[in-house]
Amino acid sequence: MIDKFISIEGIAKRYPGADGGAIAVFENLWLSLPRGEFGCVIGHSGCGKTTVLNILAGLDQPSDGVVIVDGQAIEGTSLDRAVIFQSHALLPWRTVMGNVAYAVSSKWRGWDKAKVRAHAQTFIDLVGLTGAEHKHPSELSGGMKQRVGIARALSITPKIMLMDEPFSALDALTRGSLQDEVRRICLETGQTTFMITHDVDEAMYLADKIYLMTNGPGAVLAEVVENPLPKDRVRIDLHRHPYYYALRNHIVDFLVTRSKTFASMTPDHDPRRVPVVRPQLSEPALVPASGSHGPAQASAR
Amino acid sequence: MTRSLRLRAALISVLIFAAFIGSWHLATRGTGAVATMTPEYAKLMGLTATQGKSAMPGPLDVGAKLWEHMRRPFYDNGPNDKGLGIQLGYSIARVGLGYLLAVVVAIPLGFLIGMSPLLNKALDPFIQILKPISPLAWMPLALYTIKDSGLSAIFVIFICSVWPMLLNTAFGVASVRKEWINVARTLEVGTVRRAFTVILPAAAPTILTGMRISIGIAWLVIVAAEMLVGGTGLGYWIWNEWNNLSITNIMIGILLIGLVGMLLDQILARATRLVTFPE
Repeated sequence: MIDKFISIEGIAKRYPGADGGAIAVFENLWLSLPRGEFGCVIGHSGCGKTTVLNILAGLDQPSDGVVIVDGQAIEGTSLDRAVIFQSHALLPWRTVMGNVAYAVSSKWRGWDKAKVRAHAQTFIDLVGLTGAEHKHPSELSGGMKQRVGIARALSITPKIMLMDEPFSALDALTRGSLQDEVRRICLETGQTTFMITHDVDEAMYLADKIYLMTNGPGAVLAEVVENPLPKDRVRIDLHRHPYYYALRNHIVDFLVTRSKTFASMTPDHDPRRVPVVRPQLSEPALVPASGSHGPAQASAR
Repeated sequence: MTRSLRLRAALISVLIFAAFIGSWHLATRGTGAVATMTPEYAKLMGLTATQGKSAMPGPLDVGAKLWEHMRRPFYDNGPNDKGLGIQLGYSIARVGLGYLLAVVVAIPLGFLIGMSPLLNKALDPFIQILKPISPLAWMPLALYTIKDSGLSAIFVIFICSVWPMLLNTAFGVASVRKEWINVARTLEVGTVRRAFTVILPAAAPTILTGMRISIGIAWLVIVAAEMLVGGTGLGYWIWNEWNNLSITNIMIGILLIGLVGMLLDQILARATRLVTFPE
């Protein structure tokens, strides 16, 4: 049996349309992620990827379907599922320590102040913010703020960590170092993580599984791409790996062309059995622009 | 740069003040003897007739009188002759009580309205109608119902300071950033703890701004209310001095109202700054 630590089963999200009917952002979406893996949903704006994450977080309810985490259907928000928000969402009247301690004391209500602070300090140290404990968010740079967001999410030792385009508001250099940080922490702690992004390189560096979503409305999960790059990949020479361009071209081709044409090109797409693709070595020749995925192997699960 | 700006501003303020006092003094000073009359008759006529002095008191008269009040602020010679400190104390006590009552009612109610769109819509017509009513219009009704002029004045202060606080609290609570609420939700923070740890601090600057507007209005209204109910307080004292035709005391009263109003406003401004957070 396939390990389905997170299992999204047939969820839909519909909004009432102007003519009285319902507009579906997505219908009958199935998706699963094994324990300890890093999953990344990639797609254009408006495909409903943030809605998927909000449903997973419990901040939004699906119109249909269920989400099962660790064998239990989720109901509302939970301390088992920590969210890292795009806008970091730190409480500006609290210090770095105050923000992390707020999460810690929310999870362990009975802990005394010293214990809460000691626990929070561990995670502030983990994200490299030692010495900035007493600063307020307004005194921090964008990257440091998001580090606090990560520390806050990790401090409650969640079963899954949910990230909604966490680095999209940061400059390229900061984004790179934070990606390194997240990758290190996730590998060290075996944290199951689910992330939303529209950055191909980010997905390739961080994710074990990349979920490709077509354009909305009526978006579907088109493919699950297994990352063929080695687990011990380093960002600096990622692009020298033989599989790098096969993977990159595959995703970019999808985003540029197939995300628009997928529904018409694949009428028999079964949303319960989404093909799993593992891009392999591609020929050194030019990749046809028609969106063919070359020597990629497709196998249904 | 800022230092020199502040210095220059202070200098100009002092100059304006000096010019004002100077022209006031020149405009009200005596022109010397205008008529010769027997000393007994001159005593009866007063300085206005004999020395050509203006009927308006000059700054020196006001200053001297003020000094006199400050030396004996708390004397009590019966209902119509109490020290200025006592009158001021009555006014501040009334404003304080009415204002406190308004805080106790407006902030929890504003919280409810801000958190519930249903209540917001349901209560909106009442608030819209009640808000523009001049607080003094309530006075007869208050006197008739409460049957106590002192309590009626407190009620009038309550009713005039409740609206800005209520509306600002409701607005502040309703416009707390969604993401902060979501943080509390993902951390499974209960409603009460969420109200105190997220909504209250986030809305505090807006709530305190409402409280600052309220204290200003309350201080405006207390003078008028005390003129109506009589007995004690700065408003009553000014009206009493008008009946005594003591323009000097009226001026002192006006000055005192301004100073205390500024002080109250500054206290609330300081408090607002304490709860304001930079983003």
